[in-house]
Amino acid sequence: MIGKALDRRVRRLARRSEERMGASGALRWAMRYVFPDHWSFLLGEIALYAFVVLVGTGVFLALYYTPSDTQVIYHGPYALLRGEQMSEAYSSVMNITFGVPAGLLMRQVHHWAADVFVAAIVLHLCRVFFTGAYRKPRDLNYMVGLTMLMLAILEGFAGYSLVDDLLSGMGLAIAYSVALSIPLVGAQLGYLVWDGRFPGGSDFLSRLEIVHVFLIPAMIAVLIALHLGTIMRQHHTQFPGPGRRERNVVGTPMWPAYALRSIGLFFGVAAVLFLAGGLIQINPIWQWGPYHPYLSENGAQPDWYIGWLIGALRLMPNWELTVGGHTLIPNPFWGGAAFPLVVFATMYAWPALERRVTRDYRRHDLLDRPRDRPTRTAIGAAFLSWVVVVFAVGSTDRLFFRLHISYVQQIHFWRAGVWVLPIVVFFVTRQICRALQRSDTHPLRAWEGQLVARRADGGFEVVAESPPDRGTVPREPPAGTVPGRESRL
Amino acid sequence: MSERLATLLGRIAALVVLRRAWRGRRSRSSGRPRGDAAGAPLDGDRSAASESPARREIPADRRAETLVAALLGLAAIFAFGFTGAYVIDGTNPRYLGIALGGALLLLAAACVVAGKRVVPQETRVEERGLLLRERETEEVVDALEAGGEGISRRALLGGAAGLAGAGMVTALATPVASLGPGLAGIHATPWRRGVGLVDERGNPYRAQDIVVGSLFTALPEHGDPQSLGASLIVVRLGPEYLHLPAARRAWAPEGIVAYSKICPHAGCAISLYRYPLYRPTSEEPAFTCPCHYSTFLPGEGGRVTFGPAGRSLPQLPLMIDAGGLLRAAGPFHEDVGPSWWSVRRGES
Repeated sequence: MIGKALDRRVRRLARRSEERMGASGALRWAMRYVFPDHWSFLLGEIALYAFVVLVGTGVFLALYYTPSDTQVIYHGPYALLRGEQMSEAYSSVMNITFGVPAGLLMRQVHHWAADVFVAAIVLHLCRVFFTGAYRKPRDLNYMVGLTMLMLAILEGFAGYSLVDDLLSGMGLAIAYSVALSIPLVGAQLGYLVWDGRFPGGSDFLSRLEIVHVFLIPAMIAVLIALHLGTIMRQHHTQFPGPGRRERNVVGTPMWPAYALRSIGLFFGVAAVLFLAGGLIQINPIWQWGPYHPYLSENGAQPDWYIGWLIGALRLMPNWELTVGGHTLIPNPFWGGAAFPLVVFATMYAWPALERRVTRDYRRHDLLDRPRDRPTRTAIGAAFLSWVVVVFAVGSTDRLFFRLHISYVQQIHFWRAGVWVLPIVVFFVTRQICRALQRSDTHPLRAWEGQLVARRADGGFEVVAESPPDRGTVPREPPAGTVPGRESRL
Repeated sequence: MSERLATLLGRIAALVVLRRAWRGRRSRSSGRPRGDAAGAPLDGDRSAASESPARREIPADRRAETLVAALLGLAAIFAFGFTGAYVIDGTNPRYLGIALGGALLLLAAACVVAGKRVVPQETRVEERGLLLRERETEEVVDALEAGGEGISRRALLGGAAGLAGAGMVTALATPVASLGPGLAGIHATPWRRGVGLVDERGNPYRAQDIVVGSLFTALPEHGDPQSLGASLIVVRLGPEYLHLPAARRAWAPEGIVAYSKICPHAGCAISLYRYPLYRPTSEEPAFTCPCHYSTFLPGEGGRVTFGPAGRSLPQLPLMIDAGGLLRAAGPFHEDVGPSWWSVRRGES
């Protein structure tokens, strides 16, 4: 009864939209669009959904934020800062935190979502790299993704810099110094962005707000559309498996099962972010207090995605390019500008580089298992370990405070380690890949050997044997024969 | 009244549980696929399925349907709970987060269960189209080239268009310059001979306030404390630690030395001061910046002894006036704050 009424309503809706848009062909195509199933394909979706949460909570925050450096005296509900001089920007965020109902929740969810957003992009990038998903025809889309990662890092930094608390002020001071350190035009660039000398002219915060709430989000949104549009045109990649070939794609159609699961993932991501935002404190700006250029906090740490830059700045020896009593290239350039440029330039150049070296100019729609490309996997792991070591160096001061390991010695150690470790990682990874290739056992799924069972007369019989051929398809022992898998033995 | 209500609710709950259990048993006993869509082979037909992975199953799982309905109902309760928590105490993020996060989590569970056990499960095989179609690409190339038919001086037109384009790009980029002033004030500090040192509340520093082993922050008596060139760190050193260059001997009356508080590496305020408690086993007094741990020696004109800073900390000459107040004895002799292309390094 209800079902029929629902059917009628669906029909009416479909006809109405068809009369106006004539989109039934596209709609049918979209509903039948096939998504191959693998857990690692969800990482990009998590990033997308975190972005949605960021936009939603960000709109709420933007309604209350005042981008002004005018100094005011605080009279709000937080007793410990009453009577303190602070910028209107910081005071407005204090009001969001303690005055606006649900304000602190939204601010913390926004901050958590930013951290998850960048993390999901980085993990997605790792998946794309180690499975070779960036190869033709997806090399362009891979670069779109890299651009989004760069924008996401900038966006996150701009976001926590708007607050104008002590931590964000220190971050901006470093960013200003890195801008100033750029050869030839650095000082002009810094003055242009900051509207004068640091801490900046009266226009700086409103410029930063436009960048954070409009320019970069709009760019990311356009790139997301481009990213997804390209994926739909090319279809997803898939791992090799039964019936899966280069020329086809096997998986769950969008409607209804995949749509429901994906919407479920969206709700799941939002749920984790709202639970984290409600229950786990993040960036307690009232503890840092307002920023003044003559103040700093000891043991300050940025958000995680800036950690690799602070690590590079700290690790760098005090080299500067000087000529006759003048500094040409100041030190922050190496860690704050050259290092990220090298990292991103390498990643942008990689697909073309690999094509040229391997002379493989074909189109690839089947993914590689990382072990089947030992050299690529080893280079990727070495590169990743290089960046991760620099990232970890950003926390050596915490190790000093907690464990009393000399900070100076740690820095000296890693100045060499940052070059040695990637080489070690390269050879170890390549060896692991080759060993895995030889045994061809999937570390989690496949198996090797014989399964035996004891007969009634006391002897043993072979119940099952691992298949002798070593194809690329992971095999499993027969159901019910392995302990822990509904064992019958 | 409330007792009767409780009994009623209890009976309803018992009824719901019983109904659900009965339905569950019925659906288990008759749980079989309700039908098959046209064309796709069933999962049961192994020999056909091994050729093509395509399949379609209709779950017909009433228990899963009940579960989804229950999850959705619970989600509704949590979602309304958010509004309730907002009304009761909107500034407490804990209950708001649990309510909204819980509602979203239940919705997620409902969607996933529905996606996996309520709606038809289908594996589809789709052929990928070719991206590069030779003939159509040729047609596009032909159409593009047809647009230039009959033009004889292509190079001239192309060059002129390139020139116009370059001019337009320059013109459009020019307003960017109006964003920032020139480098006005990049060398500026408020420190001149005679400017008094005051603390953060504006009280003047007397020489006797500066005790050995402590770090003091000083600002100019008149002038903007927010300016990068304004803030100083001031310490008193015993003669055993004072090894200033000869030209700076007079800059440290009574062993009191003042340096810019802004690290010449990356512009952070230097706030860590290492002072030896027992001289034979400790290192010299040193300033350390908390951002990247550049370390400077106040006894040696601000020389860098560790960390990434590329030039020494700028020192301000001091004097003590007749009233015992600390004053600047002159300006800084090098630039204060982070370095830029062609900044003067100063000597130390």
